[in-house]
Parts: sequence; C-alpha cells; structure tokens
Amino acid sequence: MAKVLVVTSGKGGVGKTTTTAALGAALAQAGEKVCVVDFDVGLRNLDLVMGAERRVVYDLINVTNGDAKLPQALIKDKRLENLALLPASQTRDKDALTDEGVARVMEELRERFDWIVCDSPAGIERGATLAMRHADVAVVVTNPEVSSVRDSDRIIGLLDSKTVRAEKGDTIEKHLILTRFDPARADRGDMLKVDDVLEILSIPLLAIIPESTEVLRASNVGCPVTLNNPLSAPARAYTDAVRRLKGESVPMSVPTERKSLINKLFTRRAA
Amino acid sequence: MVLAPAAPVADWLGDLDAALKRSPSLFLGKAVILDVTGLAADEAGLARTDLDTLLAELAGRRLGIVGIEGADPALGRAGLPPFLAGGRPAGEILVPEEPRDEKPGLTSLTIEGSVRSGQTIIHPDGDVTVMGSVSSGAEILAGGSIHVYGALRGRAIAGAARNPRARIYCRKFEPELLGIDRLVRTAEDMGSHLRGQAVQIWLDGSAIKIAALG
Repeated sequence: MAKVLVVTSGKGGVGKTTTTAALGAALAQAGEKVCVVDFDVGLRNLDLVMGAERRVVYDLINVTNGDAKLPQALIKDKRLENLALLPASQTRDKDALTDEGVARVMEELRERFDWIVCDSPAGIERGATLAMRHADVAVVVTNPEVSSVRDSDRIIGLLDSKTVRAEKGDTIEKHLILTRFDPARADRGDMLKVDDVLEILSIPLLAIIPESTEVLRASNVGCPVTLNNPLSAPARAYTDAVRRLKGESVPMSVPTERKSLINKLFTRRAA
Repeated sequence: MVLAPAAPVADWLGDLDAALKRSPSLFLGKAVILDVTGLAADEAGLARTDLDTLLAELAGRRLGIVGIEGADPALGRAGLPPFLAGGRPAGEILVPEEPRDEKPGLTSLTIEGSVRSGQTIIHPDGDVTVMGSVSSGAEILAGGSIHVYGALRGRAIAGAARNPRARIYCRKFEPELLGIDRLVRTAEDMGSHLRGQAVQIWLDGSAIKIAALG
C-alpha cells in the first residue's frame, strides 16, 4: 500500500526541500520505491537539491494538465534507481494546479511507488493545501524558533481539517522534524528548547537535525545529505527518521555540545 | 347597569321576569354587567355550569351582558363576556393562553484536542471546554465561560452574549488576549507574574481580575 508523505511547515526557509530530498533518498536507500514531488510551482528547488536540474523536460503542471504522461515527466535518479523526481514548473504559478489534476497524478503515483514524498511550498495557500491534500503522513519541519513554531501549529490545524483523510473523518499521521538545531545556542537559551517546541505542537518527534555545514554542502553539490555523506550527523538523523517512519523504534538523542577543555578555553579567550 | 343575582337563582329570575313584564324596555339597548359576587360568596360557590345556565337564561331574555363581575377568573373561557374586577378588566382572562417562551437551551461545547493557530471557535450559546491547548494565534469566543485544560496561549473571549458573570479558566496562563463581556485586556497589560500558572479570570465591575487557582 503506497503512502503519500507531505513535508510541510508554513514558514519558508526552515528546510522543507532539504528534508524532502534527504527523506526521499533515505527511503530509497532502505529499498523502497520512492518518488519525490515538488509542489513549489514557480519557485522550484527540489530539482537543484536532487541534482536533476539539467534533465527537466516536463513537469507536474504538464502532467496535471494532460500535456504529458507521468512517465515522461518522472526523472530517474542517477545514484539510486528506485528514486524518482517529479519536478515543479518554474514558469507557472500555483493557480495552475487544479484539484482534479493533482488527485489524478497522486492516484497514478500511488500505483507506481511505495512512497510519494511531496515537498510543500511555504505558506497556507493553494500550493501548500494541494500538496497536503492527499497525504497519509505529514512531516512538519520546524526550527526551534517562535515564528516557525507558530506557523507549524497553523499547518497542523490545516492538516487536521483540509486533507482528504480529515474530511473523511480519518486522522492523518503527523510527525515533527526539528531542523537547524544548535545545541550550544539552545543551552544558552537563544533557541527554544526541544521540550518547549514539543509541548506547544504536541505531535510526536521524528528527528532532530543538528545545524551543520554538511546540509549546505550537500545542497550545493545537488545531492541529498543522506547520500552525500551518510555518516554525517544530519544524515544519520534523517536515516533514523526513516527507520521510525517505517515503524522501527529507534532511541532518540538530543544533540548536546561536546567540547574539549582546550575548546572551552579557546571560546572563552575569543569572547 | 348592573344585575346582581341572588341565590336561589330560580327565584331571582322570577323577580327579573316580573320586572321585565312591568317595563319591557328596561334593559333595551343597555350595557349590562352581571355581578355574581352574591352567588360566588354562597357556600356552594359558583360552578361553571351554574354560570353557563345563568348566562343562557339571560340571553333568552335578550339581555346584552358586556361583563361579569365578581366571578373566579378560573371560570373564564373563550366565548364568555370578559371578567371584570371593580369594573376593570381582570387581565388574566382576556389573554388567551400562549405557550410560554422556553428559555433558550444553553449548550456547552467540548473540544477534545487542541485549538491550533489560525482556528476560531465561536460558540455564543454557552460554555466552551478545550481539553488540549489553545495555541498562539487561535481564538475562542464563547457566550458563557471558557475552560482550557491545557495551556491558553491564544485569545479567549468569554461572556460574548453580554454575560458579565462568565469566567475563563486555564491550566497554564500564557494568553495573547482576554475578554469578558466586551472588556478586553491584552498580554501587554496583564503583567507576567501569573505566567505559566493555573489561573481564573473574571469580571469585577468594569475590571478584569486574574488570580491563581487554589
């Protein structure tokens, strides 16, 4: 039974696209047949992060409008053969997405893949609501910071009311991924603590992704972080997240600051 | 003119007939009030059937009875001349019995989970109970009181149906705005000494009062 997973957040710039690419790749690495779908029509980025920007011919809008067939638009990943990308259109806007068109494409994707990972645009408008509309599972990406948390709260409300599952009276499975978590800043009180975020949003925590240059490096070379450097801290956190999504119970650890004595002396002196 | 029958009625009717025989135009075109005080004071009292026979007898003599004085208002019914007390209408009888207005049923609304940012709960007909939290950017508007068993971080407006006795209760007090019966306070002027505590909010005259719960 195929599962549609939406990666959403409300706020922009919190790491939805990075998370979509990382989760999609990690699911594929675990042997699942995966398609990542970019819903950010007009501001597409997932193709860049996946390193497929030079192979885009048709896009999601072409398929929803019936100008192209789904297999023509799907881009197979060069590193993982069971991973595919359905890119968004860069020249159109979100109004080009139709309800029926999206429903038809999602139905078709369900027949071909085990997991469909949808990268939602920021905001709560058409693009975002259509991205979440057919989801079975939602991953809410949040930074440990008040505006991001409140926007995520808003999105959770929409997940509980505007999705097909919610309208049928079913519940949609929701998980939280806390990104850009910096243990040092959290210790100093510059960031919201993990417990504070969980208390406000009250949905289960799927992963804590530490702030890391690995994430930026991976994006810039166009490779999901879980593929680019599987042993880095963010890659391991995403891999654990996928194991939890698949029902495994993996212990969660909150990243802490590990400093040697010399390091401590250095930062003191620098300050 | 007032006719005041005396018991026994049959004798009194005989007297009336005698008087009518002497002057047939005595009651012609006159408004006649029937004063049954004398009959009602009788130990047997005045039953509805007695009154009905009496009125039938009088109607047979072409007397225009415009009102009945001194009768128990309970005897009144549609079709009878109006009942009077001291010559004035004895109110209750004239008013046809209307179904009494039921007080509008108060219903309370319970929300099992949390109210998320951007959601609004409007319930003008009674209390609202939220088992979870009310998030920042969420709004509850209730005609009655508001009970929040989680954290209150958004807006809560109680007593919106002009009910100054409505209150707001919450387990964890971090609201953005509070209102009771058109009075509103923002987080800015609440101070921070009760933040995070279990609190109740009520209206004292024209001031919103906030205090920690026991």
